[in-house]
Amino acid sequence: MNRELIKLIDTTKCTACRGCQVACKQWNEMPGLRTKQTGTYQNPPELQWNTWTLIRFQEHVNEKGAFNWLFRKEGCMHCTDAACVKVCPSGALYHTEFGTVGLNSSRCIGCKECVSACPFDVPRYDRTTDKVTKCDLCYNRLRGDEAPSCVKSCITGALTIGPKDRMLKKAYARVKELGGDANVYGDKFVGGTHVVYVLAEKAKVYDNLPVHPSVPFSVIVWKDMLKPLGLLAAAGVLGGSFLHYILHGPKLPDEPGPNERVKEEKGGE
Amino acid sequence: MEITRRGFLRVTGTVGSGIALSGLGVNMNPTLAYADELDKMNRVKAARQSTTICCYCSCGCGLICSVDKMTGKIFNIEGDADHPINEGALCAKGSGFFQMTEANEHRLRKVLYRGPGGDKWEEKDWEWALPRMARLIKDTRDNNFIKTNAKGELVNRCEAIGHYGSSNVDNEECWLITVMSRALGIVYMDHQARVCHSPSVGALAESFGRGSMTNHYIDMKNADVILIMGSNMAENHPMGFRWVTKAKEKGAKVIHVDPRYTRTSQCCDYHVPLRSGTDIAFLGGMIYYIIENQKYFKEYVLNYTHASFIVDSGYYFKDGLFSGYDDAQRKYNKDTWVFEKEASGIPKRDMTLQHPRCVFQLMRGHYSRYTLDMVSRITGVSKDNLLKVYEIYSATGVPDKAGTECYALGWTQHTVGVENIRAMTIVQMLLGNVGIAGGGINAMRGEPNVQGSTDQAILYHILPGYMKQPSASLDTLEKYLTKYTPVSKDPQSANYYQNYPKFFISLLKSFFDDKATKENEFGYNWLPKIDDGKHYSQMHMFDKMYEGKIKGFVCIGADNAVSAPNTGKVRKGLEKLDWLIGENIFDNETYQFWRAPGVDPKKIKTEVFLLPASASMEKEGSISNSGRMVQWKQKACDGPDQCIPVGEITIKIMNAVKELYAREGGVHTEPILNLYWAYLDRQGHFDALKVAKQMNGRFLKDTVIEDKAKGTKTEFKKGQCVPGFGNLQLDGSTCSGNWVHCGQFGADGENKMAKRGKDDPTGLGLFPNWSYVWPVNRRILYNRASCDVNGKPYNPKRNILEWTGDKWVGDVPDGPWPPQADKEKGKYPFIMQRDGLGAFFGQGMADGPFPEHYEPLEGPLTKNPLSGQLINPAIEIFNSDLDKIARASEKFPYVCTTYSCTEHWCSGALTRWQSWLLEAQPEQYIEISDVLAKEKGIRNGERVKVSSVRGAVTAVAMVTKRFKPFTIDGKTVHQVGLPFNYGWLFPGDNKDDSANFLTPTVGDANTFCPEYKAFMVNVAKA
Repeated sequence: MNRELIKLIDTTKCTACRGCQVACKQWNEMPGLRTKQTGTYQNPPELQWNTWTLIRFQEHVNEKGAFNWLFRKEGCMHCTDAACVKVCPSGALYHTEFGTVGLNSSRCIGCKECVSACPFDVPRYDRTTDKVTKCDLCYNRLRGDEAPSCVKSCITGALTIGPKDRMLKKAYARVKELGGDANVYGDKFVGGTHVVYVLAEKAKVYDNLPVHPSVPFSVIVWKDMLKPLGLLAAAGVLGGSFLHYILHGPKLPDEPGPNERVKEEKGGE
Repeated sequence: MEITRRGFLRVTGTVGSGIALSGLGVNMNPTLAYADELDKMNRVKAARQSTTICCYCSCGCGLICSVDKMTGKIFNIEGDADHPINEGALCAKGSGFFQMTEANEHRLRKVLYRGPGGDKWEEKDWEWALPRMARLIKDTRDNNFIKTNAKGELVNRCEAIGHYGSSNVDNEECWLITVMSRALGIVYMDHQARVCHSPSVGALAESFGRGSMTNHYIDMKNADVILIMGSNMAENHPMGFRWVTKAKEKGAKVIHVDPRYTRTSQCCDYHVPLRSGTDIAFLGGMIYYIIENQKYFKEYVLNYTHASFIVDSGYYFKDGLFSGYDDAQRKYNKDTWVFEKEASGIPKRDMTLQHPRCVFQLMRGHYSRYTLDMVSRITGVSKDNLLKVYEIYSATGVPDKAGTECYALGWTQHTVGVENIRAMTIVQMLLGNVGIAGGGINAMRGEPNVQGSTDQAILYHILPGYMKQPSASLDTLEKYLTKYTPVSKDPQSANYYQNYPKFFISLLKSFFDDKATKENEFGYNWLPKIDDGKHYSQMHMFDKMYEGKIKGFVCIGADNAVSAPNTGKVRKGLEKLDWLIGENIFDNETYQFWRAPGVDPKKIKTEVFLLPASASMEKEGSISNSGRMVQWKQKACDGPDQCIPVGEITIKIMNAVKELYAREGGVHTEPILNLYWAYLDRQGHFDALKVAKQMNGRFLKDTVIEDKAKGTKTEFKKGQCVPGFGNLQLDGSTCSGNWVHCGQFGADGENKMAKRGKDDPTGLGLFPNWSYVWPVNRRILYNRASCDVNGKPYNPKRNILEWTGDKWVGDVPDGPWPPQADKEKGKYPFIMQRDGLGAFFGQGMADGPFPEHYEPLEGPLTKNPLSGQLINPAIEIFNSDLDKIARASEKFPYVCTTYSCTEHWCSGALTRWQSWLLEAQPEQYIEISDVLAKEKGIRNGERVKVSSVRGAVTAVAMVTKRFKPFTIDGKTVHQVGLPFNYGWLFPGDNKDDSANFLTPTVGDANTFCPEYKAFMVNVAKA
C-alpha cells in the first residue's frame, strides 16, 4: 500500500492568521525569540532553528496594477529527490514511509551539508546544540493517526493533507477553478514534493520561492554518480582484496576507501 | 479521504475517523532513535484530557488540555476537534494557549504588595493580604459614604471606590463581582464592555429588543452577501472568518469596507476604503439607495417593523439637529420623539406608508440628503465603489437571499458608535435580513466573556439581565417597577418585558435571600442609586480619579494604563489613589503605574496589592461567546503556587469585609450583612456550580406552576433549579441572579452548558445540543421573522423555523405564540419590543431617532458638509486641563485610528508575556502609506514619533501600499494607524508605550464608548 502523503497549501485560502506558525512551536516545543519590527508583519524574518514554518507577507502589484497582499506559508517541501537526504552523512535525514523527510536529531552531527544543499533554503543550523533543525511534518503525529500540527490548526482549510494522488487532483481542480495565473507548485520537480502549493500568481512573483528548484549539480555528481561508482569501486577493491588475499595472503589496507574520501573532501567546505 | 482533524484528541465519540496511517509491522531504522518525539504522542494518549474554551476574542473556540497524570501539569494544548465552531482549528493566539499555563515563567504566583513610597514588589500571602484589603475597603467606604445626594434623595452609595473588570473572567465570577460591588455601594463600576461593545447593546436593543448579536458565527456560512464593515475580522475574529470563507466557497460575495487594507481585505472579494468616522454617511447613502430604488422587502417592512407608525407632529429635523435640543445641556428633550395613538392606546398606522409623518416617509426624507455625491465627499469613497456595494448588498432584499453584517470595534469606538450600528439595523430591516439564517447583525464581541460580563452587568447603568440601575428619583420599588415595566395596549404585542417585575424581584432574592421580604421592598433601597442623568463610566471614573475624588480602585483582568483613552490623564489619576487592588495572571502597566517612565515611586503613596489569579483553564465555570453560547469549561489543573480563581478572591475579600462589619458595625451595613454569600465548597474553595445555579435561579419554597394554555400543573420542590424564566415569580418564591441565564439548568439540575451533542438536524449549523444559548437555547434571535405572517418560511432552502398549524418546528421559536396572522393568539416577532416590531425610529437614543452623520470630535474638517453641526451635539465634553483637542489643525494633519492584530490581544497585557506571539509582532508599529512616507522622508522600518495634542509615542514605520490617501471634500487627507497592543513594562527593551497617549477622552453620546478609531496626529522622524 502506497502511503505517500501530500500536504497541500492553498495560498488563496490563507488568511495569514499564523495559527500554523505558533501551533508548530507548541507541538514541537520550540521557544519564541526576541525579534525586531522591521516594517513588515513577517516575523521572524526567515525560517530559523526555532521556527520551522512561517507565513511570508508580500505586497505585490501585478501588471494590471491590481494590489495583492500575498501570504505564503514557508517550510520544508519534503522532496522525493531530497538533496538533504542525499548529502546527509550520518543518516539523520531520511525518507519516512509517508514520503516525507524525517530528521533524527540524535544522529545529526551538525555538518550543515543539508543547509547548503537544500534548493528551498529550509534547514537551519543551531550553534548552541550543534544540530540542524527543520520541519518533519510532525512525523510522530502522522504515525499516531493525527494531522500535523499546522494542518490541524488551519482555520480556513488552506492546509490539508492526504494521499498523494488525491491531493494532486484536488490541487489541479482548485487551480482550474481559480483560473488566471493560478498554478500548482511542487509536483514537477525534485521528484515531486510532498508539500504542494496552489499559488495565485506565477511562482516567480513570490519572494524566496525558486522557480526551477533542483538538487544542486554538485550533490548529483557526488551522491548520484560518484557514490554508486565509489560503491562499485569499493566492491572492486573488496573483490581485488579477496583476490589479493587468495593470491598473496592477509594484509591491512593502508588507504581510505572511496566513500570516506568523498566525506573528507565535502567536509572541508 | 484526507486526514481529518479528528484523532486521539477528542473527548467524546469513537476514535479514529482518519485513515490508518500507522502501518503495522513498519520497523524503520530511525523509529527507535525517535523515542523522544514519539514520547510526546504517547504522553498525549496517556494524558487526562480536559476541555476548555479560548479566552481571547469571543468566537468561543474549544481547546483540549492534555494533563500529565503523574505531575498534574498541562503539557499540550490544542484545538478541540469536536467543537462545532473551530473543529480543532486555532488562530495564532489560540495555538499559543499553552504559554498561559504555569510553564510561562512570567505568570504571577504570589500575592505581591507595594507599600507607600516603595520601589519594588514584596512577596506576601493571602492571610496577610485579605484582612489588610478588607480594612482599606471598609474604611474608605465608611469615611466616604453618601447617604443622600445634593437634592436630598436617598442614594446609599460610595463614590470613593472605583471598580474595573473583567470580561476575561467567567460568568460566575462576573456575577459575584457585580453583587459584591453593589453591596458595597460602588457606582463607579465599569469594565471592558464599555470600551468594546456598549454601543451594540444601545443600538441593537433599541432596534430589535435585545442588545446581542442576532445570529452566531457558524451561521455566517448561510449568507449570500457578507458585509464586513467596522471590523478587521480575519485578524481579530479569525474563527468567525472561517465561516465567512465557507460562505465564500459556496459563492457568497464578501465585501470589506474599512479605512485600512488588512488581512481581511485580502481575503474578501472587494475592499472599499473609507475615512475613519464616516460610516453613517456611507450607510445613510445605502438606506437612501434602497428606498429610492425600491430594493426593500415590502412585506417584511410593513408587517415586522414600525415603518407605518405616525410620529408626533412636533417632531422635526433641521440642519443637523432633531427637535427638542437643549444647547446648554447638550441633551435632547425627547417629548416629540413619540407616536400618535388611537383612542385604544395602540399606535396609529398607515399601512400604505404614504402619510408624510409615518416613520417610513420621515426616514426617506432624512436620508434623501445622503446622495452619492455627498457621501463620496464625506467618506472619500468613489461613487463607483459606493454604487457597487449598495447594489450587491441591497440585492438581498428578497425572500430567498440573506445578507449579514459583521462588525466589531470599528463601529463602536466612535462618538456616534450607537448610531453607526443603528444605521445598519435600518438597512437590515429594510432588506428583511433580521431573524433569518445567514442574516442579522453580528456584533462580534472582542473579549472572551464580554457578552457574559455585560449580561452580569459589571456596569454602572444596569443590573444583571439588563435590569435598569435604580436612580435617585426612584425611591420606592413600586416607582422603579412602574417606570421600567413597559405597557402595550396592542393584544398582538407580546411585550415580554411586562415580566420585568418578576425578573427584578427574583434578582433581589438572589442577592439577599430570606432577608429580602415584601415588607422591606426585597431590599430595593439597600442598592446604591445613581443620580438621574449622571454617568459613571470608565472615562468619568478616571476623570474623578484625576480630580483626586476616588481613593481606592479595584482592577481585575485589565490594564487601563494602556487601554484607556488619554492614558496620560489616566496614569496621573492612578497616582492619586490611596490603594489599588489588582487581580490578574500577569503583571501589567496599571499595577505598576508607580514606576512608569517619568514617575518617581518615592512620591507615590498608594498601597498596591497584586493578587495572583488562576488562568482560564485552571478553573471551572462558564463563558459566553458572541453568539450567546454559554459554554462550561472544565478545570484542567490548579493554578501555580498561590493562584486562585478570581471568583474565590472575590468571595474571600467580601467574607473578610463582612467579618469586619459584623464585628465593628459601620455605615449602611444591611446590604453587606444581609448579602447571601455562601459560594465556597466544603474545602473552602470557589464553587462555580453553586454560583451558576444561583444565577439560573432556585425555587425558595415548594411551588406549583400552572400552565393554563397547556392545561398542566407542575410541582417544584424548594431548592430545585428554575427550568426557565417563564417560571420566575413575583412574590419572592423564586430567586434568579440573572433571568437571561434562567434555563441553563434543568429542574433536575442538569447542566446544559456542558452539553456536547454534535447533531445538526437542519444542516444550518444550529447545533441545538451543543452547550446552552440564552435565551431558552434559541440560536437565532427574532427567528419568527424568517417566516411570513402565516408562519411559512420565506426561504424554504434555509428553513430554521416553520409553523405547522399547532406548533413551531426548527430552532427554539422567539416566543411560543402562533404567527401574527392569527389575530387572536398570534404575536409580532420582536417580542422584547414594547410594540412588538422592529424600530427604525429610535425613541430612546440620546443623539437622535435617525442616525445622522457628524464628524469625529477631532477630525480633518472645519465644517460638516451635511449640516451646521460639526460634531455629535449630544456628546459629553470633558474639560480637565489634560483634555485638549486639536481639530483640523495644521500641527496634527493626519487622521489616525488604533486597533489590535491577530497575534496580540487588546492591551497586550496577556500576549506580550508570551514569546511565541511577541516574536511574531514584537514592537509598536505605525502603518503609513508610501505616498505620505515619501512626502515625509520616512523609510520603512525606521522609528518615528507619533504625536497628538495630548501626547506622543514612538513606533516603527511600516510603509505600505495598503494605505492610500483619501480625497475628502476636495482635499487630500492622509490616514495612519497603529495598534494599541504595547506598553512600557514588557518586553521593556525599547521605548514602546501605549498608543492611547494619543487618543481623546470622549465617547459615544449614549454609552461612552471611547473614540479610539478617529482622531488627529502628526508623524515625524524620531
